[in-house]
This record gives sequence, C-alpha cells and structure tokens, in this order.
Amino acid sequence: MTAPYDLNDNSVVVIIGTGAGGGTLANELAQKGIDVVALEAGARHLPADYLNDEWASFSQLAWTDMRTTSGDWRVAKDFANLPAWIVKAVGGSTVHWAGASLRVQDHEFRAKSHYGEVEGANLLDWPLTLQDLEPYYDLAEKKMGVTRTNGIPGLPGNNNFKVMKAGADKLGYEDCHTGRMAINSEPRDGRASCRQLGFCFQGCKMGAKWSTAYTEIPKGEATGKLEVRASAHVQTIEHDDSGTVIAVVYIDADGNEQKQAARAVCVAGNSIESPRLLLNSASSMFPDGLANSSGQVGRNYMRHMTGSVFAAFENPVNMYRGTTMAGVITDESKHDPSRGFVGGYELETLALGVPFMAAFLNPGGWGREFSAAMDTYDHMAGLWIVGEDMPQETNAITLSDEKDQFGLPAPNVHFDDHPNDIAMRNHAYKQAMALYDSVGATQTHPTPPYPSTHNLGTNRMSAKASDGVVNAFGQSHDIRNLFVSDGSQFTTGGAENPTLTIVSLAIRQADYIAEQMSAKEI
Amino acid sequence: MTELYSATHAVKFVEKKKPGYPLTRRQLLAQGLGLGGSFLVGSGFLAASSATWAMEVKALQPGTMATLVQMARDIYPHDKFGDELYAIAVQGHDEKATEDAEFKQMMEEGVSNLDSLAVAAGQPSYLDTGWESDRVAILRSIEQDGFFQTMRGGLVVSLYNQPTVWSLLGYEGSSYEKGGYLERGFDDVNWL
Repeated sequence: MTAPYDLNDNSVVVIIGTGAGGGTLANELAQKGIDVVALEAGARHLPADYLNDEWASFSQLAWTDMRTTSGDWRVAKDFANLPAWIVKAVGGSTVHWAGASLRVQDHEFRAKSHYGEVEGANLLDWPLTLQDLEPYYDLAEKKMGVTRTNGIPGLPGNNNFKVMKAGADKLGYEDCHTGRMAINSEPRDGRASCRQLGFCFQGCKMGAKWSTAYTEIPKGEATGKLEVRASAHVQTIEHDDSGTVIAVVYIDADGNEQKQAARAVCVAGNSIESPRLLLNSASSMFPDGLANSSGQVGRNYMRHMTGSVFAAFENPVNMYRGTTMAGVITDESKHDPSRGFVGGYELETLALGVPFMAAFLNPGGWGREFSAAMDTYDHMAGLWIVGEDMPQETNAITLSDEKDQFGLPAPNVHFDDHPNDIAMRNHAYKQAMALYDSVGATQTHPTPPYPSTHNLGTNRMSAKASDGVVNAFGQSHDIRNLFVSDGSQFTTGGAENPTLTIVSLAIRQADYIAEQMSAKEI
Repeated sequence: MTELYSATHAVKFVEKKKPGYPLTRRQLLAQGLGLGGSFLVGSGFLAASSATWAMEVKALQPGTMATLVQMARDIYPHDKFGDELYAIAVQGHDEKATEDAEFKQMMEEGVSNLDSLAVAAGQPSYLDTGWESDRVAILRSIEQDGFFQTMRGGLVVSLYNQPTVWSLLGYEGSSYEKGGYLERGFDDVNWL
C-alpha cells in the first residue's frame, strides 16, 4: 500500500525523521490526503525484532554516529561521544521511550513571565498557551491510549512502584500513582496489553506501548499517501534563489546520494540532528544556516534536569520486573521558589538491568564501594528525577571539527548546568533519599544524569522572529515552507516527559500545514 | 564508549575454549606448569589452580592474562564470583590483542608497570601482593592512565554482561518468552 513517489515530484511534503514528531505528522498529513515522503536515517525494526537484552538492544537501536561533547556536565567526561541515548530506527525514540505522558502545565508555557528574570537563563514565554494546545492534548491522549485518560484504567503497580508509593505516603506526598502512560492496560487499537516484560527501553515486544513504528507509520502507509524510506540519511536541505526550500539531499540505504524534491520540508530529527541539519545546510544566501536569522538555531539546548536515586533494602525488591517507569509523584512539579529554585520536577520510578546499572550507577566508579552496591541489585528500588532546566544561549549544538561517516561535520553538544538546575537536582536528591530512608533503605545512591533522552529547545518557538527559530506552528520565521516538528521547537522544557507534547504539537502542525497548502501559502 | 561496544562481544569468546578443558590438576601439573597463586600459567593458556576452568591465551603472555584476571577482580570485587567470570571478562582483551599490536603493547606494558609498582612497594609482583588493599593502592595510583581506563571501561560491560553474573546478582533478564513478569512476581513485595 505504500506510495512510491518520484524523486522529482515536487508536490510532496518531505518529513525528516519518523519519531514522535515526524511519525505523527506523517500519518496526520497522509490521513488528510497529502502526499508525504518520510526520510528515516535508521532501519525498520518491529516488536518481533526487539531484543530484551540491554547491550544487544543498544547496538540494534541506539544512535551512535559520531558526536562530540563539551561543558561541565558529567556526561562529557564519562560518555564523551554519547551525549544522548536516543534511537536511530523507524519510530525514532518512541521505540525507546518509557511511555510517561504528562501535559505541560499552564504556568510552564509562560516561564519568563511567571518565573521572572533568572540570571544567565534565556527564558521566554511560549507563543502558545495551554488553552491553545488542550484540544490537541485530548487528541494525542486518545491516539496514544494514555492511561487515566479517556476512561482507560491505570496500569497495575509493580514492586518498584510499591516501594516508591510507600515512601511517598510516609513523606506526605499526595499525588502518587502508576502514571499516565501510553502503554495499554487493556487491549486497544489492535495492540495487546502490557505483560510487564521489564524492557520498555529496548522496544516493547508486546507492542503494548505506543510507538510510531507500529501505530502512526503503518496507519499512514495504509492510506497510500505516505512513503517511508528507511536508512535514508539526510545531508542537507536545498533552497532556490527566492529562499524557498525545494529539495532534500540524502544518502540512501545503498550509499548513493539522492535528492528528493519537496513542496515543504519538515525537520524532525531530534534536538541534536535537527539544528545540525539546518547548520550544515548553510549557503551563500543563508551563511549561518537555514532558518537562522535570529542566531538561535542550535542554542538553548535543554536536556531536563535529571538524576536518579537507587536505594538498597534489607529485603528483595526485584525492581526490573515490570514496566520501567511504573509510577510518578507530581507533588514537586509545582513552581515554589521557596525551595530555592524556579520550576519543578517529577519523580518517576526507573529500573535498569544489571548491565546498564553497572554502566550508569556511578560512571567511572570502581572498587569495593561500587561492587558492594551492585551486590544489592535485587534488593534495590530506583527512581528518576525529571525537572525543568534553564535554557541558556551557550548550551548549544554546534558543528564539530570531527566528521561523521559521510564526511559532514558532526554535532558538538555543549552543556553547562545552570545554578537553578543544580539547586533543583540537590533538592530532588534529598527528597528521594528521604523517601527511601522512610521505608527502611540501608543505602542510597544519588546517581548522576545519564546521556540525555529528553533533548529539547534548539530550534525554539517564539512570538518574535528575533527571539527564536519557528512560530507557534513550528514554521520557520525565515522560510515559509520549512517547518520544525520535533522537541527542538520547545521554548522551555517544563517538568514533564516531552513526548505527549511533541505529538500534540505535530497534530496541530498538520492542521496548519493543510490549511497553508489549501490557501496556496506554501 | 567505543571500548564499551567492543567489549560487549567479549562474553562470546568463552565458547572458544579448547576442547578437552577443563583439565584435571594432575594433567596440568604433568605438563610441567609453574604455580602462581590462584592460577596455573602454561604455554598458551591459563587455568585455575583448582583446575576447575582453563582458557586459551592467543596473543598475550599467559602471565599477563593471569595478572589481568586479578586486576579485573580488584576493580570490581565480588567475592561470590568465581575467577572464571573475570577470566571471561578479560578474554576479549586477548582477542583484541591478536589483531591490534598497539593494544597488545598497552596490555603487556601496563601489566609490566603494575609489577614494577608492586616491586617498588616491596612486593614480589602484582599477583603476589597478598592484600587487596595493597593491590588497590597500586591501581589507584594509575587510575587516570589509558591502560587502567581501557581495562575498566571494557570490564564494566564484559563482566556485567554475562548471564551467569546476572543470576548471581538476582537479575532474571528477558521475560518475554515466559509471558513476562505479570504472573511471575512483578508485584510480589510483601515486606512494606
């Protein structure tokens, strides 16, 4: 049923990337009868192929192309060439995500006016409000089958959740439950329900977790209006003398260079590759890269304030049994500057298997302290901290001196923690350790951030063209038929896992693109 | 991370043991081997003094491998893990040394340096340094060096990526083929 489009067909919308943003947009446009070519750098893997083995799965799915790092974040030291833990496959990082689907809060869309000036932070209000996005959140939650919405029951709590919930009760937290998860708690939309496999990060072999790889993409293909080209590695976007984008150059699965003509181009390669592509597409007309008259392309890189706390107990927990992210505490997600920082954070259970626990518990650590902690593995509970980090102009994706496998400049990811990030992380560590201590932890481990999974903000939305890269619909301020469709649009990060918002923005953007095409604006 | 990726393959090499192993202690001794603490070091192989396991060594000196196995234990000491698990974890280093002369040199020189540091501390050799704390002191003095970093970076994958290690630490791993953990204890905590 897939529609093969000619390389010279300049009536197609070309989408670069098939994750939460690109995959959703591709299906939404195809459903409207718009012709779409989606170029995906990775291969197509489906649930039957997913490997429930952490390192083997990492080799199968992770984006491990050349990247460099700089800045004071610990990832730059411990994982110098792996700034982000994201996926290179059809479906992008929706194959890997844990499924947490929380809405960004009203005040978080107005970070600058609500928090006030924060020294060193490049805060800005989003050019849209929660009210603007609410109808699309409704659609996204329905599409993704988010638990605790649309009458869908919550998932049962596993061991890791039970420990967190007991601690949350002791600490007096009031909002702790098994989450709003895009994981089927009962069969839905032709997909099975969760069997608590314990490998959400490695791709859900049940297909119970929503991923564009086996929901949006095949639905789009079934319309006959979507062609997905896997293993198509985009190099540059080309424009004509009027400054309109007209084609996308990529290397195909056989290593040959191809050029696909386009009526419009939507960039959805995640917050590292999307700005890199715009920067690598610099021309004599756009010497600083496409869509970059503001100079903000690649800047304001956010990764969420993160960290983990693992705790050991006298008795077994076996946290790895069941969903990776089995529950959430939202009490700390409010904005309460009396805690010593602006913005807030969520606490979400997180389990790692032995191989990744060894790699991430204390990167670089060794000796008896380390192995004694590993010896308590099956008695451990764990949670992840995810909070709003401050956008900073100097935290940026730039072009590295290193080259990728095609000879193009690789991205460098520079990140320094803002003092607000550090204050929030310390608060969260303290709360999480107190939580586990309250239910009898014998040891707690404040674990540093992993390579980033939430990469945001590098092509941010702004009301004014001088403040950002795209408008409230993800449309470039500079180039009318060039769109950004992934998390790099985020003006600020909020405290919530970003996928639900990326999907909601993509549904909204699809409506806008369709209108613009009907009106012959693009 | 490059080291990590390559080390993920190390565990496979255990299948490449020579047929016939493990030899009995008598057979090993009959081949005229030197005794070295926990290990028997022969031409082209390394074995446990108890003769419970043995491994072929292709590129590195067998004595070098014996020291690497001890070093691996000293980096991630788990008293309930047998030496074989550490031997498997560093076997990839020997494999890599067969095709990478620079790497081979790094390993041989690294071990030679460990022995020099042990001698300077009044010990016969690294392997023959009796207390773990004395060996760890030597390792702490070189932990920023490329040799140590390469060893540790590979080991954190190749040691902890072994199914036997998973069992010893109580990790059951993949559950899909058993229908998941839904009816197999995903919520069986009853001590809260």
